[in-house]
Amino acid sequence: MNFEEHAGKRVLAQAGVPIPRGRLATSPDEAAEIAAEIGPVVVKAQVPAGKRGKAGGIKLAASPDEAREAAQAILGMEIGGHRVERLLIEEKADIAREFYAAVLDDTRGRAPLVMFSTEGGMDIEEVAAERPEALRKVSVDIRKGFDLAQAEAMVGGLDVPDAVPQFLKSLYEVWRTRDAELVEINPLAELADGRVVALDCKFVLDDSAAFRQSDIAGWGAAETMTELESRGRDLGLKYIELGGAVGVLANGAGLTMTTMDAITHFGGRPANFLEIGGEAYTKATDALRLVLSNPEVKSLIINFCGAFARTDVMAEGVVRAWMDLRPNLPAFFSIHGTNEDEAIRLVRDRLGFEPYDRMEDAVRAAVEAAR
Amino acid sequence: MILHNTDRVLVQGITGKQGTFWTEQMQAYGTNVVGGVNPKKAGETHCGVPVYATAKEAAGFDVSVMFIPPGAALAAAEDAIEAGAKMVVILTEHIPSHDVMRIHAAAKERGTRIVGPNTAGLVTPGECFVGIMPAFNDRVFKPGSVGVVSRSGSLGTLICLNLVGAGFGESAFIGIGGDPMIGTTTKDALEAFENDPNTEAVVLVGEIGGGMEEEAAQFAATMTKPVVSFIAGAAAPVGKKMGHAGAIVMGNQGSYASKRGALEQAGVTVVDTPSLIPEALKQAMGSGRVIH
Repeated sequence: MNFEEHAGKRVLAQAGVPIPRGRLATSPDEAAEIAAEIGPVVVKAQVPAGKRGKAGGIKLAASPDEAREAAQAILGMEIGGHRVERLLIEEKADIAREFYAAVLDDTRGRAPLVMFSTEGGMDIEEVAAERPEALRKVSVDIRKGFDLAQAEAMVGGLDVPDAVPQFLKSLYEVWRTRDAELVEINPLAELADGRVVALDCKFVLDDSAAFRQSDIAGWGAAETMTELESRGRDLGLKYIELGGAVGVLANGAGLTMTTMDAITHFGGRPANFLEIGGEAYTKATDALRLVLSNPEVKSLIINFCGAFARTDVMAEGVVRAWMDLRPNLPAFFSIHGTNEDEAIRLVRDRLGFEPYDRMEDAVRAAVEAAR
Repeated sequence: MILHNTDRVLVQGITGKQGTFWTEQMQAYGTNVVGGVNPKKAGETHCGVPVYATAKEAAGFDVSVMFIPPGAALAAAEDAIEAGAKMVVILTEHIPSHDVMRIHAAAKERGTRIVGPNTAGLVTPGECFVGIMPAFNDRVFKPGSVGVVSRSGSLGTLICLNLVGAGFGESAFIGIGGDPMIGTTTKDALEAFENDPNTEAVVLVGEIGGGMEEEAAQFAATMTKPVVSFIAGAAAPVGKKMGHAGAIVMGNQGSYASKRGALEQAGVTVVDTPSLIPEALKQAMGSGRVIH
């Protein structure tokens, strides 16, 4: 779950990590009011996407009038697929130097990774490629934590302000106590008055840990979803709309992706990703209703390969939805795995469809029927 | 990570609905289940084996398989690791990632092999299995000489079905799991198959996201046994999690093209659809592969 900058900074501030003074505004007048209180400000678009500056979503304003103008220009902009509805109005920092700091899940090392660079404000992947000596990385034993001595050792030999090790330690604590996947500060700034503050913040909460971070879980940015996608989410289903004409219902992420791949391979386009693997295999009725709610769907591929997911239970769910809706389109089945005989019998006897023995044959037929 | 019926298996969460169902399946298939864990039912007998309060009390086991919900998985895995498990198979999906890192740190310290999280399990056809795979379905699993490694259970099942349908059998199925931080990688499985006397060829079932297939490709280039591969997700849009938490393309990282390219570079045959695997395997096995 991605957090917008202001929400990420709220998490930082709660933990005592220094951030600039600022507030959210949703209108040009509000932006002007905040600027009148604070003085010269930066007006920053709040969207869960990078490259906001390049897109024109960050502007300096020396006066309340300028803040109003900037807000007018930025509100309603489209940045990285998100419409700007909120602005962070923040005191303009008098920057002496810029650094980079982050703590993240290192999937390869299966451990937390703390990163620091003296090259702030740049794309960190470019820094890693072009100036690897400017990037320091420390893998942390999550059971022991990351202390001040480790932070000091990490920046040893670099010309950085004295406050940096403490900052890194606090950042790690935010990552750890808040179940973050990533907390990235770019730039981390040393101000002319000597303070070290987080000028920007990218915070990603681990979705699987949201249940134990309930006080902040609601701060995450709403995902941009189509109507059908949000219906899927409400039903507890992973549904992604893809724009094609072949509706997909399959169990398990790998099998569902493979079904989409095969549709593409045979010259068609999938209408959706939808998998009912794991515990969701009992939700076939809701799932099929969802697939059929998309008016673009011209044919249907139903591909089950049951292990944990019992194919007879899924087939029963499909039969129920089909009998209710009686859709006027062709469906093509491939059914294998746990309790397949019963599932095939159900589909054959109740719906009159003969499942294909090879998945590819079912997919090819569905692609042809959608033309 | 190739399971044998000499391995003594402990089932954590044995008394739950899924734990019970799959323990019965495992026992019927030949898995040597020696006990189960549920602190509330310690002292009882379930599925004909004793139930213990903890894995530490159970002792005397080699492999633990966990039917445990996400919030309790860390404690259960730590219990199994501290009890001296050689291998812990974690089926659970959606374990918080910090908990997963703690599990891996504990396992590393004790030298325990972790399989998963979010794996469908391990099958040695005709012998035994742990997890939630349809080992008992003889159209999917038959003793043979092809090693199969897969991130996905459902797709792994489909591939095995294709193999058996074409007359092949499997030496073992290694489900490694769909999570981004798993204990046993594709490369680890290739190493196990390379060293396994019962395996003559390997099918590598991968998917988009992460860098595991690229890492495995480097090892595949050094193998004496032929490797054939299918990678799922060629048609997946960039930046979306495709069901598995690990299946996401970010920029170029984790892309289908990168994985396919790396594998082909290493001499692995990569096929476009699953049913092409048997034919590719026949060719690869017949060609008398040159040892690098």
